[in-house]
Amino acid sequence: MGSYLLKRVLALIPTLLIASVLVFSVVRLVPGDVLDLMLSENDYSASSHDTRADLEKALGLDDPIYIQYVNWLGDIVLHGDLGESLWRNTSVNQEIADRLPVTVELGVLSLLIALVIAIPVGVYSAIRQETLGDNLGRSFSIVALAVPNFWLGTMVVILPAMWWGWSPPNTIEPFFSDPIENLKVFLVPSLILGASLSAVVMRMTRTMMLEVLRQDYIRTAWAKGLRERKVVLRHAVKNAMIPVITLVGILVPILFGGTVIIEQIFRLPGIGQLLLDSVSNRDYPIITGIFLISGVMVMVVNLLVDLCYGLLDPKVRYDD
Amino acid sequence: MKDAVANQPANTPGETMQKDPVGGLLQVEHLRTVFRQGRREVKAVDGISFSVNPGETLAIVGESGSGKSMTAMSLLRLIPSPPGEIIDGDVFFGGRNLLDMSEDELRDVRGNEIAMIFQEPMTSLNPVLTVRQQLAEPMRVHRKVKEEDIEARCLDLLRQVRIPDPETRLDAYPHQFSGGMRQRVMIAMALACEPRLLIADEPTTALDVTVQAQILELLKDLTRQHGSSMILITHDLGVVARYADRINVMYAGRIVESGTAREIFEQPRHPYTLGLINSMPRLDASEKARLLPIEGQPPDLGNLPTGCAFHPRCPFAVDQCRQQDPPLEPYQGHHLKACWVNVDD
Repeated sequence: MGSYLLKRVLALIPTLLIASVLVFSVVRLVPGDVLDLMLSENDYSASSHDTRADLEKALGLDDPIYIQYVNWLGDIVLHGDLGESLWRNTSVNQEIADRLPVTVELGVLSLLIALVIAIPVGVYSAIRQETLGDNLGRSFSIVALAVPNFWLGTMVVILPAMWWGWSPPNTIEPFFSDPIENLKVFLVPSLILGASLSAVVMRMTRTMMLEVLRQDYIRTAWAKGLRERKVVLRHAVKNAMIPVITLVGILVPILFGGTVIIEQIFRLPGIGQLLLDSVSNRDYPIITGIFLISGVMVMVVNLLVDLCYGLLDPKVRYDD
Repeated sequence: MKDAVANQPANTPGETMQKDPVGGLLQVEHLRTVFRQGRREVKAVDGISFSVNPGETLAIVGESGSGKSMTAMSLLRLIPSPPGEIIDGDVFFGGRNLLDMSEDELRDVRGNEIAMIFQEPMTSLNPVLTVRQQLAEPMRVHRKVKEEDIEARCLDLLRQVRIPDPETRLDAYPHQFSGGMRQRVMIAMALACEPRLLIADEPTTALDVTVQAQILELLKDLTRQHGSSMILITHDLGVVARYADRINVMYAGRIVESGTAREIFEQPRHPYTLGLINSMPRLDASEKARLLPIEGQPPDLGNLPTGCAFHPRCPFAVDQCRQQDPPLEPYQGHHLKACWVNVDD
């Protein structure tokens, strides 16, 4: 197990290197230049050649791109320093550290809500196939899949504001000092994100349960005289969860994409909002920093998913 | 004792069945199980009656699709429903009708008084639970065995089914066992509560020939030790000859012949039984002798021929066979056959 983990962590290094090259270069290929933006913003009406060159030098953008890359990577590897914002004199590390907890809480809460809804509903739907409950569960999932969460989010913000003059709070208390106030902010956006995720997970759970319930070992469990609860929870669910865990691993990056939009709608100061601002300002260091951090998170989640297989499936063993 | 109770004539619905005064362990009467596919209705088990006496081994023999497995599954109501449904009949076990029981009552019988062993040892054990977890379940559910005694009992069962080194095997997972060893685990699990009746549904079909014999010997020994009865379902007449006391031959969801092993092998009275015996390879046959297969295909159960279901494949068929369905009637004593023709003639 230990050596497996080490191997997997070492394997992250080349992946991250490739990701860093892509992230660094692609961001600079986006049309529109940070210099033009800055010059127009500050109304250097006579944007003389000199001012532009000065600015470029001041921002460290005058070096060839590969030199910039090596410097950037060197700072990360040697000092863990993602650089400085081009617009503000703040470090990217600090910007991300301020915003990350918001996004992580939104993401984790959405995922929890999704699983808490999806797995019981999916299991129930499968064991009561073609009943009212099953049909309700499946209808819910189709609706949740069909309604885009940006639309739902917008409606949830706009309609109560129009009808009752209510809008969701957006001063965030840290979860551990005031969980209730904190949840007041996070619950609604998490529900919206969680609902759409839960639809996918629920359908997968249902399909897998139906598959597993047809297996010979389930018949054996019935023939032993076990109660339905035991047959389902002890013999079926664990087998059905293996592909569902894979799906959850795939959904995490999608979830991250969803937070960008939902943070914008609910004005949550998370990574997604920072990313949008930075992209429109062409604030390269922040954009690359965010991509790199989210890349690391996705890889860690995938590693966790693989480790979960080991817990669920005895045929998967990591002790070579 | 063995012959004290005979199979009741079947295939004649409406006839009042006499309950045996001595009381077989299991008495099946007019059992009917159908599978529905859209509007099509397939008669998997078509009104069969038989009984099993305490301590005896009854074999149910027939080709694939003859309804033998469905009969076994119907006894414990393990038919996947939908599409399957038991539409008629009674299954008396120790005087109680299994088909009228509530789910709770039936659960007390399953795995406790009647246990089952299935055809596929590779897939019949749960891949994510250890042998210990699976073996202990019936004892926990039915016998309320104390937690501290469970391990000893599990080890004892594994020893009984002759699994070497049971202490280390107890916490292994099914994929760490070979097919034969898995079937031994299945047998241990089935015997955990010392059932009065063991239903073995093709227990050796998926195994190597050498392992087959070991498993059957084991089943025979253990049922004898525990005094359990066994229903042995198989398509292999060789197996039957050696291990069964009595035999029911099934064709197209019905019993076509029933008798002691000796009667069936020495004086087969139904052309289908005769066909099965003739298609068996024999060591004492001359080198030039060829196997005689039964011509044709098993019938489509959703669309049976009129009259006797076997008549299109039967070399002895006469006009009556095409028109009237022969009832299962005594030929001699407890030897029953469902055929209009006297095969002797």
